[in-house]
Amino acid sequence: MTSFDLATVLPEVILAAYAMLALLVGVYTGKDRLTGVLTWATAAVFVGVAAYIGFAMGGAASAGFGGLIVDDAFARFAKVAILLSSAVVLVMAQDYMARAELDRFEYPILIALAVVGMMVMVSAADLMTLYMGLELQSLALYVITALRRDSVKSTEAGLKYFVLGALSSGLLLYGASLVYGYAGSTNFAAIMAAAGTESAPIGLLIGMVFVLAGMAFKVSAAPFHMWTPDVYEGAPTPITAFLATAPKIAAMALIARVVQDAFGGVIRDWSQVLAALSVASMFLGAIAAIGQRDIKRLMAYSSIAHMGFALMGLAAGTALGVQAMLVYMAIYVIMNIGTFAFILSLQRGGQAVTDIAGLNQFAKSEPLKALAVLVLMFSLAGVPPMLGFWGKFGVLLAAYEAGMAWLALAGAVASVIGSFYYLRIIYFMYFGADVAPATSRMSAVQWAVFIAASIAVVAGTINLFGLEGPATAAVEALLG
Amino acid sequence: MVGLEHYLIVAAALFVIGIFGIFLNRKNVIVILMSIELMLLAVNINLVAFSAHLGDLVGQVFTMFILTVAAAEAAIGLALLVVFFRNRGTIDVEDVNVMKG
Repeated sequence: MTSFDLATVLPEVILAAYAMLALLVGVYTGKDRLTGVLTWATAAVFVGVAAYIGFAMGGAASAGFGGLIVDDAFARFAKVAILLSSAVVLVMAQDYMARAELDRFEYPILIALAVVGMMVMVSAADLMTLYMGLELQSLALYVITALRRDSVKSTEAGLKYFVLGALSSGLLLYGASLVYGYAGSTNFAAIMAAAGTESAPIGLLIGMVFVLAGMAFKVSAAPFHMWTPDVYEGAPTPITAFLATAPKIAAMALIARVVQDAFGGVIRDWSQVLAALSVASMFLGAIAAIGQRDIKRLMAYSSIAHMGFALMGLAAGTALGVQAMLVYMAIYVIMNIGTFAFILSLQRGGQAVTDIAGLNQFAKSEPLKALAVLVLMFSLAGVPPMLGFWGKFGVLLAAYEAGMAWLALAGAVASVIGSFYYLRIIYFMYFGADVAPATSRMSAVQWAVFIAASIAVVAGTINLFGLEGPATAAVEALLG
Repeated sequence: MVGLEHYLIVAAALFVIGIFGIFLNRKNVIVILMSIELMLLAVNINLVAFSAHLGDLVGQVFTMFILTVAAAEAAIGLALLVVFFRNRGTIDVEDVNVMKG
């Protein structure tokens, strides 16, 4: 226990201390009147911590607390993405929360605690750290899902999320206990040594599969996706927007960390598991979304499909694959933030709505917003030259170069099937029947985020915002 | 003589009972919470058995963490159950069905 150890976890410590301080301030002073201030303060702290991680923390990887936690370029990349996306989601939803009378002061605090959990997850170098981070994140998310306490849907979503989340934690832990037993340690480096490079002991493999299944729940990869549509639909929209962004980055980064750092010697053994998850997710997401009438449910299946593509990058098992996954997740988050900024703004007669029918003839009343949605939908579908295409291209290329041409082909087919429902949204906006149209009301911040995201998916194609450099550094830290 | 494998078999049996309790149970949500608890305790038996077998304390430390988190998890689960009951007036598993598809 030295100051060196503390320096490794300083961002997490700052954020956790801020969350507790904010809770005290909230309880002892204005309670819910302070929500607006606390939301902006939390977002500001997120951006500040992200800037600290991005600019002040650099250099080689450093492990703290006897190898329990590690701070390397990979963790820093994921943390900056998590912090920035959470900050954007917080500020863009502020207006919605106030209008829906959901502006409870616990909301930004619980988000801050969930973010601390995610930061611990991506820094984990030990099964214990992994579990603690995952639970801190999950427990906070269960509560904010049920934030609308007087709504059956919201509380039912919270309950379903809790039961299936707890089940997934159970699977993950059972796997962790087997891995501990057969490897003799919970430390990733020691597990790597015990697993060897040829073929790991069977107990270790069973444990690994359990751990992967538990983590697949958290990224909502098929066949562990059952909770996703219900939770996305039932949770208040700002919380759905949050669930669709930061926790996904954290869980994908965690899977990458576990498979590469703890089981990096036995790539063949987990590559097929991830490939199966990837194919199942891509096709389920593409096909099940077709019949949906609720935009939030549709986005749930869309995110299942996108997780399938991101898993494809990991299944390749190469440095290129991990890099493609990181770039894909960054692009996915940008597209989702833009789309949710739009979904948050939909209303009919002052009431927020999320049915697809509300988009009918939307282009007539709001041509600019309709154009921006069109760009985002093309990007989500993976139409060139939008950013979404380059994300998909990266993972397909990684799978192909790793000798998994069948996986890349399956991805291309799933992408074509999936583009149907994105195009259907565009069809409704431009050529839909003129019944039950919804209007769109945006705060200035929300509008700025929405337009910025749709410009970004076009402009980003020039150089991917220089994302590849940090992503390459992150992969070198993970695999090196 | 009771060996490592006996503990592992008991833990595996408890774990499977826990999973079946979640999926086969049609009565009420409290039973699900108990099943989750059963799964976590099965994991604890596994960890402590391995810890004793390996002569390594880490497994027992892990168990302490799991016990603590399980308590927090149960608290949150019951709280969610209470707000759900207030809205729906029932905690039957069959009635947790407003959203489908």
